[in-house]
Amino acid sequence: MLYREAGQFKTSYAADEAIFPLTLDRVAIFIILAIAFIAVPALASDYFLKAILLPFLILALAAIGLNILVGYCGQLSLGSGGFMAVGAYAAYNIAIRIPEMPIIASLLLGGVCAAAVGVLFGIPSLRIKGFYLAVATLAAQFFLDWLFLRIGWFTNYSSSGSVNAPALNIFGATLRTPAEQYLFVLCFVVLFALGAKNLVRGNIGRTWMAMRDMDIAAEIMGIRPIYAKLSAFAISSFIIGVAGGLWAFVYLGSWEPLAFDINRSFQLLFMIIIGGLGSILGCFLGAAFILLVPILLNQVPAAFGMPLSTAMISHLEFMIFGGLIIVFLIVEPQGFARLCQIAKEKLRLWPFPY
Amino acid sequence: MGFFIEVVLGGLFAGVLYSLVALGFVLIFKASGVFNFAQGAMVLFAALALVRSLEVLPLPLAFMFAAGLMILLAVAIEFLVLRPLVHQAPIILFMSTIGIFYFLEGFGQTLFGSEVYRLEVGIPADVVFVLEETFPGGLLINTFDIWAAVIAGLLVAGLAVFFHSTRIGRALRAVADDHQAAQSVGISLRNIWVIVWAAAGLVALVAGAVWGSKLGVQSSIAFVAFKALPVLILGGFTSVPGAIVGGLIIGVGEKLAEVYLGSIIGGGIENWFAYVVALVFLLIRPQGLFGERIIERV
Amino acid sequence: MRSPLSMLIAIAAGCAATSAATLALAQTQYIPSMVYRSGPYAPNGIPFANGVADYYALVNERDGGINGVKIELDECETGYATDRGVECYERTKGNGEAGAPYYFPLSTGITFALTEKTEADKIPLITMGYGRSESADGEVFKWNFPLLGTYWTAADIIMQYVADEEGGYENLNGKKVTLVYHDSPYGKEPITMLEKLSSQHGFEFAALPVTHPGVEQKSTWLQIRQSQPDYVLLWGWGVMNSTAIREAIAVNYPREKMIGVWWSGAEPDVTPAGEGAKGYKAAALQHGAGRDKVHEAVLEHVHGKGNGAGPEADVGHVLYNRGLVNAMLGVEAIRKAQEKFGNRALSGEEVQWGIENLELTEERLDELGFGDTLLPLNVTCEDHEGIRMGRIHQWDGSNWNFVSDWIEGNNELLRPMVVEAAQRYAAEHNITPRECE
Repeated sequence: MLYREAGQFKTSYAADEAIFPLTLDRVAIFIILAIAFIAVPALASDYFLKAILLPFLILALAAIGLNILVGYCGQLSLGSGGFMAVGAYAAYNIAIRIPEMPIIASLLLGGVCAAAVGVLFGIPSLRIKGFYLAVATLAAQFFLDWLFLRIGWFTNYSSSGSVNAPALNIFGATLRTPAEQYLFVLCFVVLFALGAKNLVRGNIGRTWMAMRDMDIAAEIMGIRPIYAKLSAFAISSFIIGVAGGLWAFVYLGSWEPLAFDINRSFQLLFMIIIGGLGSILGCFLGAAFILLVPILLNQVPAAFGMPLSTAMISHLEFMIFGGLIIVFLIVEPQGFARLCQIAKEKLRLWPFPY
Repeated sequence: MGFFIEVVLGGLFAGVLYSLVALGFVLIFKASGVFNFAQGAMVLFAALALVRSLEVLPLPLAFMFAAGLMILLAVAIEFLVLRPLVHQAPIILFMSTIGIFYFLEGFGQTLFGSEVYRLEVGIPADVVFVLEETFPGGLLINTFDIWAAVIAGLLVAGLAVFFHSTRIGRALRAVADDHQAAQSVGISLRNIWVIVWAAAGLVALVAGAVWGSKLGVQSSIAFVAFKALPVLILGGFTSVPGAIVGGLIIGVGEKLAEVYLGSIIGGGIENWFAYVVALVFLLIRPQGLFGERIIERV
Repeated sequence: MRSPLSMLIAIAAGCAATSAATLALAQTQYIPSMVYRSGPYAPNGIPFANGVADYYALVNERDGGINGVKIELDECETGYATDRGVECYERTKGNGEAGAPYYFPLSTGITFALTEKTEADKIPLITMGYGRSESADGEVFKWNFPLLGTYWTAADIIMQYVADEEGGYENLNGKKVTLVYHDSPYGKEPITMLEKLSSQHGFEFAALPVTHPGVEQKSTWLQIRQSQPDYVLLWGWGVMNSTAIREAIAVNYPREKMIGVWWSGAEPDVTPAGEGAKGYKAAALQHGAGRDKVHEAVLEHVHGKGNGAGPEADVGHVLYNRGLVNAMLGVEAIRKAQEKFGNRALSGEEVQWGIENLELTEERLDELGFGDTLLPLNVTCEDHEGIRMGRIHQWDGSNWNFVSDWIEGNNELLRPMVVEAAQRYAAEHNITPRECE
């Protein structure tokens, strides 16, 4: 009744091809963006901005990158932590060695380096598929882990191997407050999400999905697998590299290679599977779930006043987290995004049953 | 020369230990097509059950207790996780095993504690020098490694007998071949899955006993599952002898690289070198040495 | 004689004033504690966390708090992961009446991530026996306190012991020393110091990295078997320590020639290896295992009333003692700061003054019950370490026994290195070092 397309006539191709064809959708998105850009920095506490929203946004961005590779192109990759590391260290080296380079440019160039590395490690995908490819990308993960530990040049020969990000100077102003950092990251995420959404709706996105669904048939049709697969690796690694740079520069400030280890790769993979493979909205939902549930689980026993030891809370957290994953998979194997989609479909018909 | 042989022997023995963990993966993948991410957690859980029950029970009873616990776990997993998710895409099943992994980690530590526990199952660990005439100083061999290799061998032999000579083993092979054909002959898929997961649990118990004796039982044992992955790629996900052969090749390759290549480029390369070895094999043979050829139909 | 009414008013006013004063005195000092009671490093993190919790409970039970200000302990689980540590920090730094007074991250990774944040938030980081070695320079690092010793100090103390064993520094010439280290900033820190000592005294130094988490060490120890170093230094944490000892047993390397840093010399590291670990030595951060008067007090006031954080058997173990000492230093810092700022809940900035002016004499340590365990320390504005003394203890199968006298870190060698590294850090981060008078 409220959410309908009846009465909305499109008078141009552009209007018909819009990301959000329904007016109500457009209104909803504008409201969400307004809240995100205006209300949240004004009203949210420092802790919420710094410790909850910042990691959520940056990891959602990385999840978008990984979803392009795994969800849209079907190439299972477990090396995303390593690509984040490449983006972070490349951005760090560029920023340190070329002090005149603006931070935004360093981050983007870091992403380009990550894209190059991604293409290199994506070459086996031309020959290997499925879980075998996943384990092959683990080679990339562990190799990159080792590279940043062993080769002193990447860490500017620091004696401990740990590096500090340079201060965030954007157009002369230094970003120090959590609100400023949050807005900086939010701009990146919104722009990249928009770009990714348009990419997957376009020609290149369709070639990716063709490769995912039936790669031999796609090849017969004339889609060149080398172009499709390697472009997926390149664009995915670019986005993941930029996310890695943001994670290192804005959130951590000072990091060691262990910050981008195999657990990070698995965390990103879980996010996109729970959120929904092949969906941009799913990246955000999955990131929210994976990031926030452990924090909530940590707080809930305290809020209820239950006297549990920290160890017990931590164990419960693991158990409930694992249990929730299984429950959500049973309820909706295609992830939260599909749940949202079903909700929208039901809303279209409401109050009628069919 | 003697040192080279020692490194090779060390690699072979390390490889045997990896294959012990890889066997669990293979069993489950073979029969249900699920890549069990939780295998490492199962090894840890089994080892914890064993070491804690050893505090109150004698060794044979403790083994039976731990084995019983693993069988119960298999039944629970089949009922709660696999049955509702039947016929879902492999990646969804993979994700559910990740949920099982987290759950088992928390549950195991809740039940049995998170300290480090010393495990003594009676495997002698003495240092022995052999061939002292041929090589100056002799070759260093640890009896623990020999016993671990013997245990692994017995386990593989036992599994081979189980698969080929018993009714249930034949049923397992049938299910691995074709789910629908097996069902049409009257094999209950659900029972088979319980049996397979229980078998994998028992293999995890043996692996946990060996690794626990080697390292002490603590949650880092779950990490050794990562070492089993290159073994699986090399040997093929569905082959038991492949797990052994793959383990041996990875073990030897890893140690040789660490000692000889590592001294040139800086050390600590074991981890990724194993994957690089597996990757090179994959590029030549995408299904692994002993795996089934993936035949795709368009 | 005043009228009864005015007397009544006077009494009422007096009651009101006293009750207001009592209310003001009943403040609590909120102290967050970063712990890891689960995950791969739990066996090492649990006794430490118990030591910290028990000491705060002792101060509350026996002394009624710090000059009447009771301690409110809030444990926060980090699992040794840097991002959880950062999240925990952000969540707890503003709690309580005055915010968090200090943090013990117990992880080099979390220390690095928090160094800049604590500088901005004005909360001290007490990294007793770990953290950045250059943070001993208080002029650059106002908010970092590597009390009792840094990794460079540890490396120097261990090498002094080795030189002693060999009969003097001149006899080190031509000997081989290998460092087996955790491939992370924690493990890499001593390498600069050891290389410097190696060039000074002529011993051959080699460093073998072990990939995290350290369960794979066969090839490392086969290499050691081949190169036959005279001494092996162990710089590991968690499972890497026990694995190293087991692999040493497997290749028959004499445990008496193995010396671990003070984070590689505790019960969880040697018990998994059983009998074979006998003879293994490690550096002791002044304290070893064993019970002093403070432990009796803990057993009486805390465990005796059933409020112990962990099992009674743990009281006196190495890492438990480390937690106890850490908590004691924090409490004494707050007490010192209360001298200047008053007996109330104090903020991080005020406690920073307290730590920087902390001076513990022999009498005071005796009073506190650490007379046989610790030596007097004096923290100053330039020297955030306070003291550079250590000993070596050896495992005999069931106990840790001291096998050396007190060894003092060579400050003539250490201080210039610390200052140089700190200046480099200051230049990179545009920090103007402050002047200490």
